[in-house]
Order: sequence, then structure tokens, then C-alpha cells
Amino acid sequence: MVKEVERAGIPVVHICTVTPISITVGANRIVPAIAIPHPLGNPKVSMEEEKEIRIKIVETSLDALTTPVDGQTIFEVKY
Amino acid sequence: MLKILHYINQFYGGIGGEEHAGHLPEMREGAVGPGTAFVAAFGADAAITHTIICGDSYFGENTEAAKEAILDMVREVKPDLFLAGPAFNAGRYGFACGTICDAVKAELDIPVLTGMYEENPGAEAFVDKMHIVATRDSAVGMRDAVPKMAKLALKLARGEKIGASIEEGYMPGYMRVNFFEEKRGSERAVDMLLAKMKGEPFVTEFPMPDFDRVDALPPVVDITKAKIALVTSGGIVPKGNPDRIEASSASKYGEYDITGVTDLTEATYETAHGGYDPTYANVDSDRVLPVDVLREMEAAGKIGALHNKFYTTTGNGTAVKSSAAFAIEFAAKLKNDGVDAVILTST
Repeated sequence: MVKEVERAGIPVVHICTVTPISITVGANRIVPAIAIPHPLGNPKVSMEEEKEIRIKIVETSLDALTTPVDGQTIFEVKY
Repeated sequence: MLKILHYINQFYGGIGGEEHAGHLPEMREGAVGPGTAFVAAFGADAAITHTIICGDSYFGENTEAAKEAILDMVREVKPDLFLAGPAFNAGRYGFACGTICDAVKAELDIPVLTGMYEENPGAEAFVDKMHIVATRDSAVGMRDAVPKMAKLALKLARGEKIGASIEEGYMPGYMRVNFFEEKRGSERAVDMLLAKMKGEPFVTEFPMPDFDRVDALPPVVDITKAKIALVTSGGIVPKGNPDRIEASSASKYGEYDITGVTDLTEATYETAHGGYDPTYANVDSDRVLPVDVLREMEAAGKIGALHNKFYTTTGNGTAVKSSAAFAIEFAAKLKNDGVDAVILTST
């Protein structure tokens, strides 16, 4: 799906946990997530802390969308 | 008798489904689950002396730690061959089988063998590093897969000469094997040409590699003016799954309006995905589809707007062809609606 969205002319960022799969699939802008069943959350911490994590991942994704890339790039989230 | 160590996931290990996908690697004596079918196929030639069971999510999320723990177990057993799977079309399982086989082969110099479906992302990632037997896309294919894998496993364990992929049933792309064809090249080429002209089936001897890569687009210039849309393969749907998107091997995607929605709650949204533990997403679907955070950013002027529709499907065992077709369709809609960028989340 990532490839088809990009092929249609819309820049796309892929948020996922197992980034090697994203590389294999062919995403160009990749942001690592927390875990497979809760990519943008962490039920082990409080709801407030969890939201902070989610904000950081989304902010990193927006940074990825505004950064020129030359080939497949993983944007690490700074917690 | 040859000693074989078998790697399987928590599901085939009988520990449980997605709720146990975080299971830490453990080793048991003897064969477990699909191992018993392999034992029958090996007969008196080989025995599965030990089985390692590891949760797919644990392996995917803690790959280095899982690899180290499993390598230690393999060092202890010193098998004649390390067998993994088969993983069919399970993406995380295929990735785990490929990763651990690659490590065992490279670090311990023990022959390895795994099996999976050709569209499993683990196949493309590891096909040039090991023998991977091509299987069907679900466990229905176990009966076909076991004899093929068992035969090749014995040859590999004994260090015998391995034939070409077409003879042995592994995926082409790993090693080149020379053999003499009965007919010379010109004759074979003319036969293929004639078959093609008659509209008859023929098998090419040199399939063109499929380098389906899309170049990265230039970045969004001003994110504070951009309209951003959310897409997910994590199966987030309105509570009750109104379009009945399948839990696996999805035949469709959903388009849902989120005008005025600022938060996905337990009462309003859930996941239809059958390939991961749904507990966390059902309690708070923002954990997969971050509507709450993007609404706040929209209000704060950090992004131009969050598009009022999101697109969703379950990426669990869903054919690449289907996913591509869904995305071609909804990407055209997104383009029409003036969407500037997409955030796509996967579980």
C-alpha cells in the first residue's frame, strides 16, 4: 500500500515495528514503532506518558515527510 | 542418526495465539507440533532431538536478544541441521525463520532450511541467503511442504550435493547449479517461441527480476498547511466492523468518515485484524491510528488539516496483489480530495 500511495504522487511515511519488513516492502520514509499490537502506544505506562510517546512518533513522522530522502531512510524517534 | 533442531512459533508450539506472541524463546526435548509430521517423514534417518519455541512478536520486537538466546541453545545442542517453520504466509514468522536461519548458518556454520510462501516478506529478504522451500499460503499446505522439506533437509544435513531449485523445490535465487539440458538452447528457445505464438503455456528459463521500487517523492514543503490522511493495515474499524473486513486475507478495505472525531475510544472503534493480540487496540485504537494526536496538532496549527476520511484493511495474510489494488483505488481518492501527505501505520 505504501508503494502505491507514493506512486500515486502522495508522499507517505510508514510507521511500523518490524522495520526490515518495511524495507523489503519498499517504503522510502520509515519510522520505527513501539510494538506490533500497539505501534503508537504502550499500555505499560500511564495514559499521559503513552500520549507523549504517540506525539513523539507522529512528530518524527511529520519530520520525515518534510525531509528530502535519497533512497529508503529510517527516522529514529528521539524519546 | 542425524540430529535435527526445529524452530517454531508460539502458535505451532501449542502455547497459544496472538495473546502469547510475546513468548520468550524456550527449548524442549523432542518434536512439537509440525515436528511430529517431520519425524514421520524422516523415518529412521533423522530425529528431531529438540524444538525451540519463540513468540513471533517477541522475535520481531527483540530481534537481537532473541537471536542471541536461540544461538546459545543451538550451540548447546550442536545439531546436524537447523530446521525452521514452515511459516506459510505469516509475515513475522517468516521474518523470524529467515533471520534465525541466517544467523545459525553464518555464526555456527550449521546447515539450515526453512519453508514459506513466495509472497511472505521473509522470502524476499532471505531467498539469496539460504534454501527456502516454496509452500502454499496457509497451514493447509503442511502436507505438501513436509515431504519436500524433509527430503531436502536430509540431503543438506548429510552434506550431499543439492540439485537445481526446479528439481529440489526450493525458491530460485540462492545458488546456481549447473546441469546438462537434453535439448540445446536454440531448440528450447524456438519451442518456447512457438508455444507463445500458439498461446500455449511455457516456462521461461530466466525470469526477469521484479525490482518494484518506487522513488521517494520530494518532501512536503509546509507541513503547517498540509492536509494529512491516515491509512492503516492494522484493521482499525468503527465498532462492530460494519463492512465485515476479514480478520485475515482481506478482500476489501474500509473508508470511514472521522469528521468531528477527536479520539478513538473503546466504545466507538476496534480492530478487525486477526494477526495480533487485539486487546490494546480495542481499548484505545489511537494506539494504531493516532487520530487523537493529529486532531490536537490540527487545532494547534502544527499541520494544515487531518483529512476527514481514513482508509483501513487487515494486512494479515492479505495477498500483495489485493493490497496493491486497494491502495491504487484509495490513493486516487486521496489525490482527488487534495491530500498532501499520508501517514500509514502497520502492526
